[in-house]
Amino acid sequence: MVCVLSSIIAIPLFSIVWKVVSKGYKQISLEFFTQNIPNSWEASLALKSGNIIPGGIAPGITGSLFMVAIASLMAIPLGITIGVYLCENPNNKYASIVRFISDLLQGVPSIVIGLITYSWVVTTLKSYSALAASVALTIMMLPMIIRSTEETLKMLPNSLKESALALGASRIKTTYYVIIPSAFSGIFTGILLSVSRVIGETAPLLLTSLGSSSINWNIFSPTSSIPTLIWDFYNDPNLLNMVWSSSLILLTIVFVLNYIAKTVSQSRNN
Amino acid sequence: MTDKIFKQLLFVLSLIVLFITAGMIYSLVSGSLPALREFGIFHFISSSEWDPKAENYGALPFIVGTLLTSFLALLISLPFSLSIALFTGEYYKNSRFSRIISSFVNLLSGVPSIVYGLWGFYSIRPIIINMGISSNGLGILTSSIVLAIMIIPYASSLSSEFLGMVPANLKEASYSLGSTRLEMIRNVMIPYASSGVTASYILALGRALGETMAVTMLIGNTNNLPSSLIATGNSMASIIANQFGEADGLKLSSLIAIALLLMLITAFINLIGKLIIRRFQ
Repeated sequence: MVCVLSSIIAIPLFSIVWKVVSKGYKQISLEFFTQNIPNSWEASLALKSGNIIPGGIAPGITGSLFMVAIASLMAIPLGITIGVYLCENPNNKYASIVRFISDLLQGVPSIVIGLITYSWVVTTLKSYSALAASVALTIMMLPMIIRSTEETLKMLPNSLKESALALGASRIKTTYYVIIPSAFSGIFTGILLSVSRVIGETAPLLLTSLGSSSINWNIFSPTSSIPTLIWDFYNDPNLLNMVWSSSLILLTIVFVLNYIAKTVSQSRNN
Repeated sequence: MTDKIFKQLLFVLSLIVLFITAGMIYSLVSGSLPALREFGIFHFISSSEWDPKAENYGALPFIVGTLLTSFLALLISLPFSLSIALFTGEYYKNSRFSRIISSFVNLLSGVPSIVYGLWGFYSIRPIIINMGISSNGLGILTSSIVLAIMIIPYASSLSSEFLGMVPANLKEASYSLGSTRLEMIRNVMIPYASSGVTASYILALGRALGETMAVTMLIGNTNNLPSSLIATGNSMASIIANQFGEADGLKLSSLIAIALLLMLITAFINLIGKLIIRRFQ
């Protein structure tokens, strides 16, 4: 019976993948990746004549990559450094507070983080922006990167650090040239997993970057992203078909990232 | 010299985490003060009115919606996640089959919540309508079902770890006294790992409480107190997501107050879970 109940888990997985693939492949083409978002009117015309909806989600793809890249730029150095700090001070009372707060931060619902970022960045800059979204995504990525860095570093043998210091390297050099490269695959896995989680988040993006109708590289203006586009398409009856193709892209990105993370962590274990 | 600077730098950077959290709490509290002052905390939590025209806001329907969907999701996920945990933690512990199940579960955990919402809307909802349970297929039950599927990976991987931590000599001692596998699981493993497994479910509950997109798409978006499992309603996260766009003044403040409540509830649940785990170790 345990066998049966466990195997049932395959059903939702296959159902989701099947649904997204079967309904989404029709819209996929080179144009899908390169063209601008269709508007409702064009879509209704296309629907009536039985063609696929013209246009694509290029603004969403570039927007997502842009915002996640900026968030990573902010979160990765900060997260790794804080992880190093926590690993260097395992018994310090202050460090345990930081660890505790970092765990707390991880449990905060994404919409609350979006709300906070809205009141910090969007109200200050007086417009929705990619920067606000990146700040929200950074806050979401930080705890995961901190934790995975700390866990990976804890598993490194102490002798590595001690021998580097004994050879006369300064602390900074030891950290960034010896310890982190050795721990690279573990840290990399943590980064990949946090990126894959954050790239699919909709709620904070809705409240911070809103969305725009064209490709936008300006960090201070509203930017589209794949999840917000999916949400917009979902709410527009004419653009419904685009929902599945966009989900297909998103799902593929997330699965590929997870697969790479798993392969990297497995090769490390071997 | 640089070493000292480096150490100080690390310390200063770690302060950022504290600042973010403190700033978050401060912003939430200061943003919700207008609404809380206007309605009084107790009244706000217990009132079911959400009337933009009369500027009268109460959070009770949403609190109930969130708690109801999350606890129901936990209940629904229990048999499945426990089975998977037993499966991968004990029965087929290091076998190929359990690795396949684990990878399926991992893939499920990676699916973005908006895709879950879409799938729930287009796959689960017709099933609910066809079974005659509800006419529009949305509501507490539908969102709980999808929420359950979303938290199964989280609950099962955590409990599987705890079940795997049961020392082998304890299990072997049980076998040597003549117990069957089921008896061993029931009398040795589960009591030993019970606090860890409970903590896993509490943490999964914490995840479910904060889930926004999938619930928003499936819960029906009505501002009333849900009267039954098939009734539609709203959760704290979904009301914020839905009404945030054009909110200002007292409405915005009420939404921020709801966010504060949500954060407190989630933090509280997560705290209990982590404390149990710490005691277990």
